[in-house]
Amino acid sequence: MSKEYDTGDGVIRALDGVSLDLDDGEFLSIVGPSGCGKSTLMLIAAGLVPATSGTVTIGVTPVSRPVTNAGIAFQDATLYEWRRVLENVLLPVEIQRRDLKPFRRRARELLAMVGMADFERKYPFQLSGGMRQRVALCRALIHDPPLLLMDEPFGALDALSREQLNLELQDLWQQNRKTVLLITHSIQEAVFLSDRVAVMSPRPGRIAEIVAIDLPRPRTFDLIEAPEFGRYSRRIREVFASWGVFARGPERQAPARAR
Amino acid sequence: MMAPAAPSVRRRRRPNFAVYVYPVVTVAVLFVVWELLARAGYFPRYILPAPTGIAARFVQFKGLIARELLVTMEETLVGFALSVVFGIPLAMALCASRTFNCAVYPLLIGSQVVPKVALAPLFLLWFGFGLTSKALIVFLVAFFPIVVDTIVGLSSTEPGKLYVARAAGATPLQLFWRVRLPNALPAIFGGMKVAITLAVVGAIVGDFIAAESGIGRLLLSANGNMDTELLFAAILALIAAGIVLFLLMEAVEKLALPWHISQRRDGSGAAP
Repeated sequence: MSKEYDTGDGVIRALDGVSLDLDDGEFLSIVGPSGCGKSTLMLIAAGLVPATSGTVTIGVTPVSRPVTNAGIAFQDATLYEWRRVLENVLLPVEIQRRDLKPFRRRARELLAMVGMADFERKYPFQLSGGMRQRVALCRALIHDPPLLLMDEPFGALDALSREQLNLELQDLWQQNRKTVLLITHSIQEAVFLSDRVAVMSPRPGRIAEIVAIDLPRPRTFDLIEAPEFGRYSRRIREVFASWGVFARGPERQAPARAR
Repeated sequence: MMAPAAPSVRRRRRPNFAVYVYPVVTVAVLFVVWELLARAGYFPRYILPAPTGIAARFVQFKGLIARELLVTMEETLVGFALSVVFGIPLAMALCASRTFNCAVYPLLIGSQVVPKVALAPLFLLWFGFGLTSKALIVFLVAFFPIVVDTIVGLSSTEPGKLYVARAAGATPLQLFWRVRLPNALPAIFGGMKVAITLAVVGAIVGDFIAAESGIGRLLLSANGNMDTELLFAAILALIAAGIVLFLLMEAVEKLALPWHISQRRDGSGAAP
């Protein structure tokens, strides 16, 4: 599958020959340098942006229209400022014209799980960045979608909130076992949360390598100090290094293995 | 708001009375200086009448002023209502259909670059001297900012907000009613606030051209009689009415958009 953008002054090839399979109930992260097309990949997977060539299939159905049962979350919480927290969480249910009543209870349960039980009547502007992201996470999960797509959902948070939310996300995932596609540029976050980590090359993005993370769950942050954890992180860094991602100055022009 | 046991957060605000005291003091000083200047005898009364003289004339003619002001306000409000009722759907249509946009937008610009005063006689010719023609002049002046701001509001929805709804399977109609339109409301209110002040201008233009009723006609006749005191009295009444209309508009905005940044009372927004 590939994707080209016509920017008005030339075509940019954002993704090139990407092929990726997600297993049912799997937690897969994509890490890659900025501008490698990982966000585009997620939008294509969700059917929100068409691919230039190739197909996305879920089960056996090709995706050409938006996947109507995916939960989605972005780096910016993208809450609707005119809705209170509870109404924001219920948005997907409302759009699917389902009976709101049982979902209102579920929404409260989800909010309670991420420590937001007392905030359901607040407007987004009354919340901190981390709280907004928690609400966005609840909104992505409310309609119990089998597929959860997240693009840097914790990218705008401070390190501490980020680790807290990593733990909360792991809890939510372990209870529901959804198929998750997480886009991140944090190697630690990817290794900590995933079953497999797909490492992307700089633009035009391709999958450079897929690293299976064989660590027991539930994982805690003590694990980060563990040698296995370090090994996985190092492996991913090595892949980036071989693509010249960490190169400085003139070296950058001639990465060791580009193209 | 949160747990009842939590200590109440004291909102640190500057004393509220400053909001009223400062403008009152400014206006009072202005009037005193004006009064002294007028009484010093440098200017004849028909050039610069004293505020006390204006007040006396206002009391004397308050019935007439109120009657004419009412006429002008009616023109203003009917024209403004037309602007909202036609302006917002027009903007929606312009955003929704590229063909419609291409066909109508140049016409719209054309209607705005021509000085509205130049069209007013034509309106009187077509629709007579009554409310209709004057409300239409108001409409012509006031609908444009509503259209422009609604278009800006509707076309500036963050892609992420739309993605979230589309991922849940939203139809184009749902995207419009649940995302684009509420997202555009602050801009639409911005347009309406500009429009309400322009509407008063339009009404006075209509009064001037028709010269048959309204505050505009009163201004003309007071001017013709060199009754500058009455002229000032009518102008001040018009200013007061204009301010009231604007404040009403702001009050409606406050009620409609409790969530918007301009309505927050913690000083992070633009509202005083």
